Order: sequence, then C-alpha cells, then structure tokens
Amino acid sequence: MFEHLTATLRGIGHRVIDRIWHLGAGARFFLHTLALSGESFRRLHLTIREIYFTGVLSMVIILVSALFVGMVLGLQGYNTLQKYGSADAIGVLVALSLVRELGPVVTALLFAGRAGTAITAEIGLMKATEQLSAMEMMAVSPIARVVAPRFWAGVFSMPLLSALFSMMGVFGGFLVAVPLIGIDNGAFWSQMQANVDWNVDIANGLIKSCVFGVACTIIALFEGYDAPPTAEGVSRATTRTVVNSSLAVLGLDFVLTSFMIS
Amino acid sequence: MSDNIVEISDLNFAYNDQPLLRGIDMLFPRGKVVAIMGGSGSGKTTTLRLIGGQLKPNSGTVRVDGKVVHELGSDGIYKMRRKMGMLFQFGALFTDLSVFDNVAFPMREHTDLPESVIRDLVLLKLNAVGLRGARDLMPAELSGGMSRRVALARAVALDPMLIMYDEPFAGLDPISMGVIVNLIRRLNDALGATSIVVTHDVHEAFSFVDYVYFVSAGQVVAEGTPKDLSTSAMPYVHQFVHGEADGPVPFHYAAPDYRQDMLRSTHV
Amino acid sequence: MDRTTLDLWVGIFVAVGMAAMLGLAMKVGNLTSSQIGETYSMTAAFENIGGLKARAPVKSAGVVVGRVDNIRFDDKNYEALVTINVGTPYHFPKDTIATIYTSGLLGEQYIGLEAGGDSAMLANGDKIAKTQDAVVLEKLISQFLYNKASENNSGDKK
Repeated sequence: MFEHLTATLRGIGHRVIDRIWHLGAGARFFLHTLALSGESFRRLHLTIREIYFTGVLSMVIILVSALFVGMVLGLQGYNTLQKYGSADAIGVLVALSLVRELGPVVTALLFAGRAGTAITAEIGLMKATEQLSAMEMMAVSPIARVVAPRFWAGVFSMPLLSALFSMMGVFGGFLVAVPLIGIDNGAFWSQMQANVDWNVDIANGLIKSCVFGVACTIIALFEGYDAPPTAEGVSRATTRTVVNSSLAVLGLDFVLTSFMIS
Repeated sequence: MSDNIVEISDLNFAYNDQPLLRGIDMLFPRGKVVAIMGGSGSGKTTTLRLIGGQLKPNSGTVRVDGKVVHELGSDGIYKMRRKMGMLFQFGALFTDLSVFDNVAFPMREHTDLPESVIRDLVLLKLNAVGLRGARDLMPAELSGGMSRRVALARAVALDPMLIMYDEPFAGLDPISMGVIVNLIRRLNDALGATSIVVTHDVHEAFSFVDYVYFVSAGQVVAEGTPKDLSTSAMPYVHQFVHGEADGPVPFHYAAPDYRQDMLRSTHV
Repeated sequence: MDRTTLDLWVGIFVAVGMAAMLGLAMKVGNLTSSQIGETYSMTAAFENIGGLKARAPVKSAGVVVGRVDNIRFDDKNYEALVTINVGTPYHFPKDTIATIYTSGLLGEQYIGLEAGGDSAMLANGDKIAKTQDAVVLEKLISQFLYNKASENNSGDKK
C-alpha cells in the first residue's frame, strides 16, 4: 500500500516534470521560430498561402458562430434588462460583451479548434512521412520554410477574425433587438456609441486577440512539430493542441484583463 | 583530396542509452555504389543520418569530403547537404506540391535560376526517371514506384556528389524494383557520384552494387564484393544471403523453457 | 489552388477584416466623436478630486470639450493639481468654474466647466481660479448626521 502511494507520487512528479520540460521545449521552439522569420516576409507568398488556410477558411465558422452568439446575447440580455426597465441598454450590453471579451476569446477558441488542429495534423503528418527530414537533408530549414510562415499567418489572421466576430455579433444582437423585439433603432446605436470607447474597449480587445493569436498558433505548431511520428501520436497531438490552446487563451485572458482594467 | 568521399572510423552511437552502433569502420570510395545491409533495427538508417549530420555520434568520426560532420556549424552542415541527395523510404514527397514543384523545390530554394531554366532542368530530371509526363500530378495520385522515382529525381536535382538511398526497394513490385535498380546505377555513373544504398534486399542489391557492408549487433561483421559474400562461409552472412530462418540471428525471441512454460499454464 | 485565386481570397479576407475593424471603430465605438484635434492645456487645483481619473471627460453644458490629462499631488498646498486638455476651438473666460460632477448617481466622475462673464479668455498653461470639489459620500453622510444631531440638540434646548 505504501509502495502504491510512492508510485503514484512518483508518477505525478514525473508527469509534472514532463510538462515543464515540454513547456521549455515549446519556449525554445517559439524563439527559434521568431529568429528564422525573415524568410516569411522576404517570400511573402508563403505566408499569404498560409493566411488562406488559417484565416480565409475560418471565416465561415467565425461569422456563423458570431451571428448566433450575438443573437443569444440579445435575447438573454433583453430578458434580464427589461426587468430593470433598462431594455434600451441592450446595445451597450451586446457591444461591450463582444468587443471586450467574447470577440477575442471565442474567436481564439474556435480558431484553435479549426485552424489549430489543422496545423497540428498537417505538421505532424509531415513529420511522420519524413517530409520535414527530407527538407532538412535538402539544406532547407523546416522551421523557416514550414513553421514560421504558418506562425505569422495565424498572428495576422486572428485580430481580423476577432473584429469580424465582434461586428457580426453586434449585427446579430441588432437583429434580435430592433426588428424582433422592437427596441428603438436610434437608442440601440446611440447608447452603444456613447458607452463603447475606442481605446479602452475596442483597442484592448484587438490587443487581446493578437496575444491569443500568438499563443494558439505557436501551440498548434509546436504540438505538431513535437508529435511522435505515428498515427496515434498525431491524433493525441491534435487533442493536446485544443486543450492547451483553450487553457492558454483563458489564462491569458485573465492576465490581460486584469492589466487592462487597472 | 582523398579517394574516399565518406570515411567512418570507430563510430559509436547510442539511442536513448541503448547502444546501436559499436565501433563501426566504413569507407566509401568515389564513384562507387556501396550497400549497407543488415537486419531490421541494426542501425543502417541511423548510419545514413549520421553521415547527413542529422544525428551526432557519441564517439568516433564521420568524414564527408574530408570534413568531420559533427564539427561543422549549422552553416557548414547546410553547405555540405547541398552536395548530397537523399532518397527516403517511401519517397517523402511534399504532399501539397505537384510532382513538378517537388523536383523544382531544391532548385528554387538554393539557386537564383529563372523559372524558364528551372523548367528545363526539372523536365530533364523527370525524363531521366521516366516521369516527364507525370509532371502535373499530385503525390497522392502516384503509385509507390512512381513516388519513389519522383523522389529520386528530386534527390539528384542539384547533381549531388553523394546520393543516399534508405530502403529504396521496400514494398515495390518486381518491375518497379528493376526500374529503381537501373536508375541508381545509371544516375551514379552519369553524375560521377557515389551512392550509398541501405537495404536488406539481397538479390536486388547484389545485382548492381560494387561493395557491401554487413552490419549486425552494432558492428560490421562482414564486407566485400557481392561475389565474395555470396560464397562466404561466415554463419551470419550465409544466413542472411540465403534467407535461412534460424542461425546466428535466432528464430525464437528470448523465452523460458517451452515444456516448463506449457506445463505451468495448466496448473492455474 | 493556384496562386492568383489564393491571393484573391486572402485579399478579400484582409479587406473584410479591415472593414470590420473600421466598422467597430466608427459605428460601435466613439472614435469619430473623440478628441483627435489639437488641444491646449490648463490646470485646476482641487482640495478633493474624489474618484476623478485621468482621461475622464471635461464637459461644458453637457458636451465633451476635452479630457483630463493627468492628476498630481501638490505637497506645498496639499491639494490635487489636475491638468486638462481642451480642444482648441473652445475658449473659456478667466472666471470659469471647474467642478467635479458625477455622471448619474454612482457613475464615473468628470469635470464640468461653467463659463463666467469675463471678457479675457483662458490661454494655454493658465490656471483655472475657481474650483469646486467633488462631493464625497462620507462627508455628505457625516454632515447630514451632524445637522440631524444639532437639530435635535437645539430642539431639546427649546
């Protein structure tokens, strides 16, 4: 029984050390990617190609989700606000929730699920089929040629997707509030404009989405690059991408929000 | 300039504390086709990776064109790799690029040649492997033999002085095998290069290579021309060449006594 | 996917994304109405600024005419020195009163400027002479209680 306990503790210790080692390797990978980023900008078509696969192909899920999130915010918000006679503030509620928090965070989570897993699977499979090795043997750095363009594409796409999400969400809230429920059109927009500040709310939201973009993309890239070159290894890596990206986004959200509020 | 393009002396390599290569000595003369043969997991592919600088030895040296590989900085290694071509097992073509773009890849990455010149060179290489007509296909649309040939065209895109083949015959039908054998020999002689072929296909390899190294349990157990080795009396070589089920490489994985094992299980 | 189609789609994506950002700035936020123009600064001293923060609005007649730039503590006179930036088109006479108001009952605090009748105008770097402090809730309560107490006392004496 005592042995069982020590074995469990040793297992936990082993796993914690493993995670920390993984984190360190990830940090080193991140710095390596940044160092070899020159080519992504000199040969812009590489990055543009990746922007297509991470950004353009994510537009559909982002826009559709944003519409629904905005509409739900409108409904739920109205439900609560009208109890206090403040139904006119529905525009402010929807806009602030989206621009400050939901826009960046939900976009990041959806991005991690759609584009992040695609990146991890692609790189993991390239590793498993020895394509990365072949590139190395042809004296081409896989990090400069494969990893860095995808990184910058993700970082660039994320704020754009986040802005799209917020706009679509506001539109969704508008659809519910004005045509559906009957809130005054003028009141909806004027209250929103009076209370949403460019600097504090919108710009901060965009800064958040940039940070999330960095986090999600580098996690997706690293998990793919580090995956064991087997089918099982790659599938586990994609799961890790989603889990780690989500945790990172939510954790960073807290850190950034506390910085921005103070 | 030495006569050997690659010299391996006293090479030791361990993978995760498991010793894989124990004191290997090999020489690869210029212009020759040399085979490294041995059972699965004997360290053949690892040797290729050590020559290419993807792995660092624990001790001993690997010299390519006179320079010690693991002492080169990353700049030096990349310069060296531009003079090498490697054909990976199953081809390792870039799945998002067409056949043409795959072969053009090394040229586009390492040279400033205009696209018109690259086009001519790519078609030249594809013609050499007989796949000029397949230039617009994607790797997913190719058969095993065809992907191998495209990968070969890619490996020789920059006319390397050393070409390495990792199990080039694995999983091929007899016709494709014949094609690859033909290509390896012809390209080597046409380019004046040296080829190292890692394989366990005795029949195929013996038909065209100049020299063979046999590796077992981390050491070179035999070496010689195919003619010498096919008549060798050494037990390991004999078992390998004639494909005998049991010999120095045992049939049974380590297990307790058969009778005891069977009797014990009935007691439960 | 050939390169030109790819570039087209990426271009569309970037254009739509930029449009969304612009839309957020204009329609959703208050970028159009916020101060981008030239400003000149003035100072005002308060004994108590309450909850006034930097970048709080400066309003006159309810219209935003400027922003609070920064707030310092003057340890010679033991008062708060507030620097405000007012838009260049707006001029205020020298006897303007700067008061700290609260928007709504418990909202954020802002500075209200009430113009006086002086013909001379405040210039860049001038100090607003007349100020009125923020209403601090605790003082209000204690004042109320004190008044109540003295009322009762005087009531008793009678």
